[in-house]
Amino acid sequence: MNRFPLWKNLLVVAAVLAGLLISLPNLFGEAPAVQVGLASGEPLTDSGIERVNQVIASQDIEGAAPYVDKGRLMVRFPSVDVQLRSADSLRLALGKEYLVALTLTPNTPAWLRAIGLRPVPLGLDLRGGVHFLFEVDVSTAVKQRLDSYAADFNKLLRENRIRRSISVTGNELLIRLPDAADADRAEALLKDADPDLGIERRSSGESVMLVAQMTPAQIKARQDFAIQQNTTTLRNRVNELGVAEPVVQRQGADRIVVQLPGVQDPAQAERVLGATATLEFRLVCADENPLEAERTGRAPLGCELFQMRDGGPVLLKRRTIVTGDQLVDASQGFDQGMAAVYVRLDSKGARSMLETTRENLKKPMAVVFVEQKRETVERDGKKIEVPRVEREVINVATINGVFSSSFQITGLDTFEARDLALLLRAGALAAPVYKIEERTIGPSLGQDNINRGLQAFLYGFAVVGIFMIAYYRMFGLIANIGLLVNVVLIVALLSLLQAALTLPGIAGIVLTIGMAVDANVLINERIREEVRNGSTPQAAISAGYDKVFSTIADANITTLIAGIVLFAFGSGPIKGFAVVLCLGIMTSMFTALTVTRAVVNLAYGGRRVERLSV
Amino acid sequence: MEFFSKITNVNFLAQRRVAGVFSAILMIGSLILLIPGVRGLNFGIDFTGGVLLELAYQGPANLPDIRERLAASNFADAQVQNFGTASDVMIRLLPREGLDNKQVAGQIIAVLKAGDPTVELRRTEFVGPQVGQELTEQGALAMLFAMLMITAYIMLRFQWKFALGAIMATLHDPVVTLGFFALTGLTFDLSVLAAMLAIIGYSVNDTIVVFDRIRENFRKIRRGEPEEIMNISVNETLSRTIMTSFLTMLMVLAMLFFGGETLRGFSSALTVGIVIGTYSSIFVASALALALKATAADLMPPKQGKGEGEGEVDSMP
Repeated sequence: MNRFPLWKNLLVVAAVLAGLLISLPNLFGEAPAVQVGLASGEPLTDSGIERVNQVIASQDIEGAAPYVDKGRLMVRFPSVDVQLRSADSLRLALGKEYLVALTLTPNTPAWLRAIGLRPVPLGLDLRGGVHFLFEVDVSTAVKQRLDSYAADFNKLLRENRIRRSISVTGNELLIRLPDAADADRAEALLKDADPDLGIERRSSGESVMLVAQMTPAQIKARQDFAIQQNTTTLRNRVNELGVAEPVVQRQGADRIVVQLPGVQDPAQAERVLGATATLEFRLVCADENPLEAERTGRAPLGCELFQMRDGGPVLLKRRTIVTGDQLVDASQGFDQGMAAVYVRLDSKGARSMLETTRENLKKPMAVVFVEQKRETVERDGKKIEVPRVEREVINVATINGVFSSSFQITGLDTFEARDLALLLRAGALAAPVYKIEERTIGPSLGQDNINRGLQAFLYGFAVVGIFMIAYYRMFGLIANIGLLVNVVLIVALLSLLQAALTLPGIAGIVLTIGMAVDANVLINERIREEVRNGSTPQAAISAGYDKVFSTIADANITTLIAGIVLFAFGSGPIKGFAVVLCLGIMTSMFTALTVTRAVVNLAYGGRRVERLSV
Repeated sequence: MEFFSKITNVNFLAQRRVAGVFSAILMIGSLILLIPGVRGLNFGIDFTGGVLLELAYQGPANLPDIRERLAASNFADAQVQNFGTASDVMIRLLPREGLDNKQVAGQIIAVLKAGDPTVELRRTEFVGPQVGQELTEQGALAMLFAMLMITAYIMLRFQWKFALGAIMATLHDPVVTLGFFALTGLTFDLSVLAAMLAIIGYSVNDTIVVFDRIRENFRKIRRGEPEEIMNISVNETLSRTIMTSFLTMLMVLAMLFFGGETLRGFSSALTVGIVIGTYSSIFVASALALALKATAADLMPPKQGKGEGEGEVDSMP
C-alpha cells in the first residue's frame, strides 16, 4: 500500500530536477556591462561583430569575453568604473552607426546561456528606471487626415478650374460650390479620388455644399495607423537614447507604454520621447509692423503673429514653406562656433524650398519651433488635461542664396540642438502623445526593494517551516520539502516565461507560501483524524490524501478565479502579482498533492508501520 | 504538538444571533466610514492622479520645516509624511491647474534643496487624472466580476444557498477591510486593491473547506438536524482553519515587518482580511446557509450518481 507507480516517481524527480536547473541562472547575480548594437536597431551582422570585436581588442578594454545576445554584443566588466570608461572609448571608436548602451547583465555561465536558460528579468521597481504611459491623441490624427484631404481636394478642384471654398469643421469637410453643375463635376472628381469617402449634398440658396465624411472604418484605420506609427517613432527615439532592453508596447486602444530600465533622468527621456517638437519654415511679413499688430491684437491679411524666443513679436506669412515631416535627416554640429542643426529635406520639401528661396532672395525667413503641450485646466468642476500648441520663432535669417535640400539652422543652444536633431532624425509622431503616467525608481530603491522582499520571504518561510515541523513532525518536514519545491517551481516557471518579477510579484510568492501550506495542513489534519478514528497508519495516509482532494481543488479554483480576474483587470505591477498568484496555485496543487505524497510513500509506503509521526 | 487534541464541540451556530449582530455592526460601521463625507478612503495617487515624490535625507527629516517651505512656495496642499524611516519622506500632491506635473516636481525639489542640499530624490510618480478615474472603475468592476465568477462556481459545485452564504460571508471581508482603511486613513493604492482580491480568494477558500465538510457530513450522517451537522463540520475543520490562518498570517506579518514601506498597505490589508476572513468562515458562512434553510437534501448527489463516490473530482490524478 501507498506505493507510487514508477512513472509517477519519475515524474516528480524530473519536475524537481528540471525546476532546479531552470531556476539555476537566478543564483549568479548581475555585472555591469555594455551593450553594442546598430543604431538602426537591426541585428549585428558577422562583419559588424568582427568590427566591434576588433575595436574592443584595440582599445585594451579589460572586460570579459564579449558574447552575442539577441543580435547585440554584450561585454561584461568587473566594476562600474571600468564599464563607464570602456563605454566612452567604445563610443568614440565606433562612431554614430553603433549604439553603445550601459546595462546590467546576468552573470549566467556560458553553458547555461547556451541551452537558452536565463534568470527571471526584474521589473522596474526592482532594478530602477523610468516607466511612462503615453496617450495618443487619435482625434488629432483624424483631424490631420481631414486637413490633408482638404489640401488635396483644393488642388484637384483648382486644376479643374472649379470655384470653391473649403473648410474643415469637426469631423466634416465642407466644400462650398457656386452652382449645381459645378457640384456635380466636383462630386464626380472627389468620388474618383477616394471612392470610400462618404459625400453628402446640402443646398443652401444658389450655392451647393458638399459634405465629406470619413467612414468609421477609415477613422479606425487612421487611428490604428497613428498608434502604429507612434510606437515605431517612440522605439526609434528610445534607440537614439541608447537604453538597453527598453520596452515599447501598445496598451489598450490608444496608449503606449515605454519602460527604460536604468535610466535615471526622466526629464531628458521625456523631453525626447514625449516631445512632438517639429520645425516649420515660413517667410516673414517684412512690410508690416509687428508691434502694431501686437498692440491691436489683429494681424494683417495673410500674416500671423508669433513671439520670438528671445522676446518681441514677429509677423510671419500664413503659408509654411516646409513642415517637419518633410525632413529626412538631421544632425547636430557647429557653425562658426554656434550650435547648429544640419537638415536635409525630401524632394517635395526641397522643391518648395528652392522655389521660395529663388523668389525671395535677400528677404528674411523664420524657423518656427512647434511643440504640442498639455495642461491641466478646470472645466465644469472637473480637472481635465487639454492640448495646446506652442509655436515659437527660434531664428530669423536673411536668405542669402538659393538652396534646396541641405542647409543648417542656428539660434539654439547646444542641448536644444542635440535634442532637436535627435527628434527630427527619429521621425515625427503621427499624432501628439501626452504623458499620463510616469514612475521613476532610483537604483538604490530597487536594490532595497529586492533585499526587503527577500528578507520577508526568508523570515516568513523559516518561521512557518519551524512551526510545521514542531506541529506535524515528520509530516511537517515533508510539507516543508513540498513548499521548497513549490518555490523552486515558481521561480523556474517565471524564468521560462521571462515574466518580469516586481515587488508585488515577490509579495505574491510570499503569500503563495502561506496559502500553499493550507493544502498540507488539510492533508495532515485529515490523517490525524483518520488515525483518531482507528484507521491503520497506511489506510490513514491513503484516506487523508484522497478525501481532501476535492476540497483542495474547490478551494484553489476559487482563488484562481480571483487571480485571473486580477490579471485581466490589473496593469503593470499588479499583473505581476496576479501571474505569480496563478502560477503559485497551480504549482502548489502539484507539490502538495503529488510531491509530498511521493516523499510520504518513500518514507512509509509498502511496509509495516506501527505509528505515524504526525 | 497539537492544539486540539480532540475534536472540539463548540456550538458555533448557537452564537449566530450574536455573530449576526456583530457582523451587521461591523458592516454598517464600515459602510458609514466609507462615505466620503464621513471619513472616506485615503486614495493614493494611483486613483486620484497627481504627483508623488519620495525623498531620502541624510539624517532625520525635519517635517515641519519641509511643510513650511512648501507652504511658502504655494504648495500648501502637499501631504508630507515619513515613509518607513525618519530620514525618508513622501510628498503627495493632487493635480493642479496651469502647471505641468514635471514642473511641480522640479519646483518642489528646488525648494527642498534650498533647505537641505543633501536631499536625494528616490522615486517620482506622476499619474494623470484620467488614469485614476479608469482605475477606480476597473477596480470596482474587478471586485464585482470576481465575486460573480466565484458565486457561479460555488453554485455549480454546491448549491445556490451555499453560494449565497459563501459570497455574503466573503463580501463581508473586503467591506470590513475597506472600513479599516477608512478608519485608519492608511493610503489605498493599487497594491491594496490587489490585496482586496487576494482577500476575496482567501476568504472563499476558507469557507469552501467548511462547506465541503458539511456536504460530506450531510451524506455520512443521515440523521440529525442541519444545524447539528453544520456545527460538527465547523468543529471538525476548526483546527485546520485556525492553523492555516495562523501560518498565512506568519507570512503576511513577515511582509508587514520586513517588506518595507512599499508593501505596508498590501500587508496591512491582508492582516486585517485574514483575521476577518477566518471569523466569517467560522461564524458567518454556515449561519447564512442555515438561515437560507439549507438542508441535506440540497447537497445530495443526483440519483443516477449513486456509487460514484462523494464528489465530482474525487479521483486522484
